[in-house]
Amino acid sequence: MASGKNNAVISVIGKDKVGIIAKVSTLLAENNININDISQTILDDIFTMIMMVDLQGLKIEESDIKEKLNSLGEELGVAITIQHTDLFDKMHRI
Amino acid sequence: MIKDFEILETMQMFNEQHLDIRTITMGISLMDCAASTVEESCNKIYDKICRYAGNLVEVGEQISKKYGVPIIHKRISVTPISIVAAACGSKDYVPFAKTLDKAAKTCGVNFVGGFSALVQKGYTNSDKVLIDSIPEALATTDFVCSSVNLASTRTGINMDAVRDMGVTIKKAAELTADRDALGCAKLVVFANAPEDNPFMAGAFLGPGEPECVINVGISGPGVVKHALEGVRGADLGTVAETIKKAAFKITRVGELVAREASERLGVPFGIIDLSLAPTPAVGDSVARLLEEFGLETCGTWGTTAALAMLNDAVKKGGTMASSFVGGLSGAFIPVSEDEGMIAAAASGSLLLEKLEAMTCVCSVGLDMIAIPGDTTAETISGIIADEMALGTFNNKTTAVRIIPVPGKGVGDFVEFGGLLGRAPIMAVNTSSCADFIHRGGRIPAPIHSMRN
Repeated sequence: MASGKNNAVISVIGKDKVGIIAKVSTLLAENNININDISQTILDDIFTMIMMVDLQGLKIEESDIKEKLNSLGEELGVAITIQHTDLFDKMHRI
Repeated sequence: MIKDFEILETMQMFNEQHLDIRTITMGISLMDCAASTVEESCNKIYDKICRYAGNLVEVGEQISKKYGVPIIHKRISVTPISIVAAACGSKDYVPFAKTLDKAAKTCGVNFVGGFSALVQKGYTNSDKVLIDSIPEALATTDFVCSSVNLASTRTGINMDAVRDMGVTIKKAAELTADRDALGCAKLVVFANAPEDNPFMAGAFLGPGEPECVINVGISGPGVVKHALEGVRGADLGTVAETIKKAAFKITRVGELVAREASERLGVPFGIIDLSLAPTPAVGDSVARLLEEFGLETCGTWGTTAALAMLNDAVKKGGTMASSFVGGLSGAFIPVSEDEGMIAAAASGSLLLEKLEAMTCVCSVGLDMIAIPGDTTAETISGIIADEMALGTFNNKTTAVRIIPVPGKGVGDFVEFGGLLGRAPIMAVNTSSCADFIHRGGRIPAPIHSMRN
């Protein structure tokens, strides 16, 4: 589609605790997903992390990566989403 | 490089502001399903719909997963059945409706539109059979939607059909009286009906459309309302600019989904319908959005002006985002499907006459309005005639989807459930227009129809 690149945005939002980044990056490594960029802030105790990842040929809709991230999110008490980057390019760039 | 605040803004739109793709609607031509017997024609229709739309729902779900975008409905629109069924010579088209219903269930979609006729200038024999079949068709099917185009700016208004549709709506209400006249929620009459509209109940695939096409309807009143909350007290030029920007972003999501659906299904992309379509959920209301302009309650003075500006700014932002904008495009103002409209109507601030004025500047017309069950067929025809005149003489699409609920009167509530919502029964001017309606004939096309 739009960009031809197979990148995605992973967002993690919730209450801060030890090990969020470690666990999310471990899960991504296990699924052969490379992290291109991470930004992270804590606002009023709310942990917000945005990761730009290279899916390396994996298709979100055909894999169970979304479900894996969701269940990790439940375990950590945070909300994790994964969305293809084309969505953001389309909405925010002319 | 996309900035973090842009990512968070997008996520808020989906998670908190109810942004969604309201519908992916596959239009399927049934022109080649005409046959000399009802059975043969119905078999062809069923096979063709299932062949084309068999994986529509699955593809919709894949796209939804890829982008994290909710896609609420997957639907089908077809060639008006009055055209397809004409060759079979039957006097009853209910079997066609049942076939559409069965095909919808097999494909897993939740509505199929096109039990329709285009009679703006007059009836064919087949159009008459179709209209006679509407009440039973809606009472005996679950997912079939029906629409009739009664008028256009080019042709004027077919007042015979306006008279007959008043009677048809009453019959549809009686046959579904046990379900609070639910049949009428699946029936709409139009002036200047668009042939590529993806939204129900009025979706059908017009005669000028391709063999198969993907049309996408977006939504997002909550997104626009949220954007306006950021410019409270600013002048109206700023408000218009803010709406345009929000509409642009919403429409781009629709464009992305439509293009991808078209590619995956191997079917051409038709149009994006950039309508602000409310739901009964709190935070997804066009009425609350209008109130954000500075109105105490939707329906008070200023509502029409605010709606005019909203409708126009939505279109301006949307047309920048997609070159193929069509369908109804603008702001819908259904009553039962909009939490703020329900509250405004129940409080007495929003009256039927004000809704009529609002339809001069909204995207469609009088929509999902419950009225007393003892309203006469002629009065319903009178309401339709006025709405058709607004569309015909102002060169816009207008529509009426009105529900005379048997056994209920002003002050009662009717519950349809789900996206169809709930509505207070609204008062109707009962002074008779019967002699006007029974004149019949045609109201000639307006002078500005002659543009050649």
